[in-house]
Amino acid sequence: MATPWQGILRKIDDYRWEIPTSYKQGMAVPGLIFASESMLAHTLEENAFQQVANVAFLPGIVKHSLAMPDIHWGYGFPIGGVAATRVKDGVVSPGGVGFDINCGVRLLRTNLTESEVRPRIEQLVNELFINVPSGLGSEGKIRVSEKELNEVMVNGSRWAVEKGYGDGEDVIVTEESGCMKGANPDKVSAKAKKRGIPQLGTLGSGNHFLEVQVVDEFYDREAAKAMGIEDLGQVLILIHTGSRGFGHQICTDYVELLGRAVQKYNISLPDRQLACAPVSSPEGQDYLAAMACAANYAWANRQFILHWVREACIKVFGKSAQEMGMRQIYDVCHNIAKIEEYTINGSKERLCVHRKGATRAFPAGHPDIPDIYRDIGQPVLIPGDMGRFSYVAVGTEAAMKETFGSTCHGAGRLKSRAAAKRSLRGADVARALAERGIIVKAGSIASLAEEASEAYKDVSEVVEVTHNAGISRKVARAKPMGVVKG
Amino acid sequence: MKKDFEILDHTADVGIIAYGADMKQAFANAAKGLFSLITELDDVEEVLHRDAELTATDAESLLVEWLNELIYQFDTEGIVFKRFDIIRLDNTRLKARGYGEKVNRSKHKLKTGVKAATYHMLKVDKNDGCQVQVLFDI
Repeated sequence: MATPWQGILRKIDDYRWEIPTSYKQGMAVPGLIFASESMLAHTLEENAFQQVANVAFLPGIVKHSLAMPDIHWGYGFPIGGVAATRVKDGVVSPGGVGFDINCGVRLLRTNLTESEVRPRIEQLVNELFINVPSGLGSEGKIRVSEKELNEVMVNGSRWAVEKGYGDGEDVIVTEESGCMKGANPDKVSAKAKKRGIPQLGTLGSGNHFLEVQVVDEFYDREAAKAMGIEDLGQVLILIHTGSRGFGHQICTDYVELLGRAVQKYNISLPDRQLACAPVSSPEGQDYLAAMACAANYAWANRQFILHWVREACIKVFGKSAQEMGMRQIYDVCHNIAKIEEYTINGSKERLCVHRKGATRAFPAGHPDIPDIYRDIGQPVLIPGDMGRFSYVAVGTEAAMKETFGSTCHGAGRLKSRAAAKRSLRGADVARALAERGIIVKAGSIASLAEEASEAYKDVSEVVEVTHNAGISRKVARAKPMGVVKG
Repeated sequence: MKKDFEILDHTADVGIIAYGADMKQAFANAAKGLFSLITELDDVEEVLHRDAELTATDAESLLVEWLNELIYQFDTEGIVFKRFDIIRLDNTRLKARGYGEKVNRSKHKLKTGVKAATYHMLKVDKNDGCQVQVLFDI
């Protein structure tokens, strides 16, 4: 099949394509794109491809500028990009994390079955919509003082649990135990704090959502069982949100600050949004300390929302959360930079791993994953669009060797928001979904068109590539039944 | 006559190309473009104003910093602006006043949440009037 990339990309195998350093003067390492041949032909955009090459300019980048199969055109970094830089002489880039710092996904299991939930799905979706503040300009039900916000920044999920939102079990099954070390509120601007205070405990708008799902396929029964996913027809609930205006402002502040540092450190970049500073520099260290504050804010945010999801189910089904077996499976972040250790050319190296629309995927036996998943690997949560599927997978050794323990994060956009709106109406999208048994409640019906299935790649195709390439392994699939959009 | 601004298609996000006879007018139109993403400008009345005074290293950064300041005003005070007076503007300094009102849910339909203005695809072109381009993270 002819692709627009023929002559540039070097095929490594059916799922791996290399952009050689000769493609663009200044690339320090080659690009490596995970994709099938048909995805390259139909869904890889020239701009995203250019962005993979641009990220390869970052000083200290090792091995490859990576692109997961859900890659699409972002700003600076592509969405679906992974880049690891040496801590000793490489850089950290706020654009490599993005504005929505620690945007992520939390998955909850239940003992409820489709047949129990289906008759009350409308009521449940309405109750979730009422109980979880969402939408543009919404404010949280929680009011924190600046002092309390500082505590949230340092303690993350645990702060919410201590205030009575959820329990310690939730924290154990959260990446980083819901608390990233090194957070320093002194490195966060007054503006970020002002934006953050009223938005704590809100879902937000855009692509953020809550989804009630039904398990409809197993690929690895044993791993699924370890996660508490046991039966077809079992109901799961997924939460997708991040650090809200708090994280957006921290990124805004540091892109500006590091934009100035670029000259100071004599760094040359093909795109200003890639602004960066040496990891070890004061600017780089300050960014990482502020980023950790936003990461912790996001984990506390998802912890509050988890509690309200449980409350909504208690109200609708008249049972306790325990009776319904509402246990958190896992929580992953997909916009983050982390200091991790990998073996590079035979020796151990500390790296700053940027995951911009990519999920950590650590293998079985890794010390950083909870004990209950030590034998199966870290759960990887991959939501699709609201009309198709979501997947649960696990991390692998191959990911450690090839992608700095990373895999895809979702379906990946295919159509722009404007193009989606030109071809679809929000009300029609809602009606078509309802006909297929998917009830959607949204703050803005018009914005539903932007998030329609047609605007996204097929998540199944994306997950198939990561599975076949070996950088994560499929465990189970779920289909949506009810969706709350901001 | 050229439009004040146009919306630029981007897969994940949304951009603006704004025009003006000079840089002042192009900057004002870019800000109008930003608020047209957030709400219907026709529904906004000029009942209050806010001033901004900023410095940056160059015209491009100045544009991004100004738009980010307006996003901050919207996010913290809930103000939607519909008109801008650029009082002073050169490549490194901006002084401006924005007119608008606080969001009223029964009157203003909120459309798209804008996280930030980015430096990706950023342009300030001063040939033949002025044309600026900026991409927002949505």
